[in-house]
Amino acid sequence: MRAVQRVVGRALPLDRANVDTDQIIPAHWLKRIERTGYGAGLFEAWRRDPAFVMNDLRYAGASILIAGANFGSGSSREHAVWALDEAGFSAVIAPRLAEIFRANCLKSGLVPVELAADEVTKLLGLVHDDPRIEITIDVERRTVEAPGLRATFALDDHAHVRLLEGLDDIAVTLAHADEITAYEAQRAAWLPSLRD
Amino acid sequence: MVAAMKRTLAEKVWDRHVVRRATGEPDLLYIDLHLIHEVTSPQAFEGLRLARRRVRRPDLTLATMDHNVPTTPATPVDDISLKQMEAMARNAREFGIRLYPMGTPEQGIVHVISPQLGLTEPGMTIVCGDSHTATHGAFGAIAFGIGTSEVEHVLATQTLWAGRPGTMAVTVEGALPRGVWAKDVILGIIARIGVSGGVGAVIEYRGSAIRGLSMEGRMTICNMSIEAGARAGMIAPDDVTFAYVEKRKHAPKGAEWERALDDWRALPTDAGAHHDREVRIDASKLRPYVSWGTNPAQTVTIDERVPDPDALEPALREAAGRALRYMDLTPGTPIRDIAVDAVFLGSCTNARIEDLRVAGDVVRGRRVRAGVRALVVPGSMLVKAQAEREGLDRLFRDAGFEWRDAGCSMCLGMNPDILGPGERCASTSNRNFEGRQGPGGRTHLVSPAVAAATAIAGHFALPEDLA
Repeated sequence: MRAVQRVVGRALPLDRANVDTDQIIPAHWLKRIERTGYGAGLFEAWRRDPAFVMNDLRYAGASILIAGANFGSGSSREHAVWALDEAGFSAVIAPRLAEIFRANCLKSGLVPVELAADEVTKLLGLVHDDPRIEITIDVERRTVEAPGLRATFALDDHAHVRLLEGLDDIAVTLAHADEITAYEAQRAAWLPSLRD
Repeated sequence: MVAAMKRTLAEKVWDRHVVRRATGEPDLLYIDLHLIHEVTSPQAFEGLRLARRRVRRPDLTLATMDHNVPTTPATPVDDISLKQMEAMARNAREFGIRLYPMGTPEQGIVHVISPQLGLTEPGMTIVCGDSHTATHGAFGAIAFGIGTSEVEHVLATQTLWAGRPGTMAVTVEGALPRGVWAKDVILGIIARIGVSGGVGAVIEYRGSAIRGLSMEGRMTICNMSIEAGARAGMIAPDDVTFAYVEKRKHAPKGAEWERALDDWRALPTDAGAHHDREVRIDASKLRPYVSWGTNPAQTVTIDERVPDPDALEPALREAAGRALRYMDLTPGTPIRDIAVDAVFLGSCTNARIEDLRVAGDVVRGRRVRAGVRALVVPGSMLVKAQAEREGLDRLFRDAGFEWRDAGCSMCLGMNPDILGPGERCASTSNRNFEGRQGPGGRTHLVSPAVAAATAIAGHFALPEDLA
């Protein structure tokens, strides 16, 4: 995973709640066996509507997506994160991110930022009023700053360190291999196995 | 003497799987069973190859093909899907993982085959790169969906980093009215608590109405926990659970069975244990439900009308208005007056043998309404074979349904079974998101009984509405 200390950029305001992963990347894109090639599928159906906010050229080049609550709900497809990443997004801000989506973000280095609903509303307003404003997400300090707004977000220490240092999660876990082996030694004998 | 701490079912199962717990870290949780399918695993295996890692416990890993398999032998497989299925076969071979590919008798939807094989048992932790993994919670297991990077992590370590979830009880007491099925119970629950009602929690479904359900009904309930935003759903194991598991292929045998039973009987929530939240539902008030919108909480009973967004609470209005435009519905329309183009009987929610029996009874001696395309896609090839032994295939075919092979099919529109733009479908699946069953398609979630009656009537109907 890549390390992320800060995300600085303009934002795309997607003022909708419950944006599900079928909208972020439709299922027919999931036939690919690669980790790349999903950018063009991002919000594929909605982008056909000329009035969809992503088609508004004032927001072209945005690197931060601001959305309503429960963003990324539904399917567990990590392809949703890969698609956002390839389309140039480095962070998502919402009052709440769906849990599997948030976990997937942390695996790819897409910064998941959950702010209070009124803070998100304020940010959306700022970006609507002036699409050129710059937003700074400081991962180290767990803060979001925009002209006239400063907010903090929660990120547990474990995820914090992994994001800042871009650690290989599996290597971190394998450092605990002895503990895993010890656990395995006491598992009940009746537990099912494909060897049976 | 210190009183023993009273714990919930979820807490007991979670705590016994903690490999490592330290301040400032989530728990490192051991995974008893890892289910794999062709769509969310290829990048995980590629990651292992690049890092020269092996699969730690191939004996605790099972693979099948379900998401993009065609459900008729005659359907040509597109090149990209074929490549994905070939990758699954190659990865299973290279890493020594048991695979039930297309064309084998055990193949089917991953959440249907694992319980059938006796691999899903009480007290386990089960994960899969699929959000409907909560299905297995019906056995008193902690089961949840994960992304592809986590699939790779479990393959390499047989563990996951995960924060201890909160607990929530949904208690459904009383007798279910006639014609109300497990699907209606879960749709009724989601309509009540909303798509974020279960956030952060493992929901324990309990109460006399839940205890009265078969294992298949319980799986239908737990399956849709993610639709309420929950981490997982669970039901305490009881004699119904044990009778289902006993003698299945991978179930414990002999003395091991007795030891397992002793263990499983200690799993249910202790009397007086605390859930963070509780919702109580009167079973006698539940009715057959039909979703009208584009998320599973946008649901009403079949006796109601399409709601007027202006009559909803302010926070729900805008989304409701957008949903009605997408669904091309007018507020005030009686649900029964909505005509459908297609009926899909399938998915990990509702494609088990009992679902097919209920629907088969409804269509017996009747004909699908002219102009309606109706599909039955059994959840697994074992379900299909059993249905054929019972003559259910004949009932469906005689009524004008297509009788297919097992797979996810029209639940998510990855294989050729999709809706055309603007087509309206009564579906026994779990999600009514925009375009879920094909770009521009319109999905209404219903029980198998309502799906079958709707296929005959051509509009939403109950079996008793049919002439």
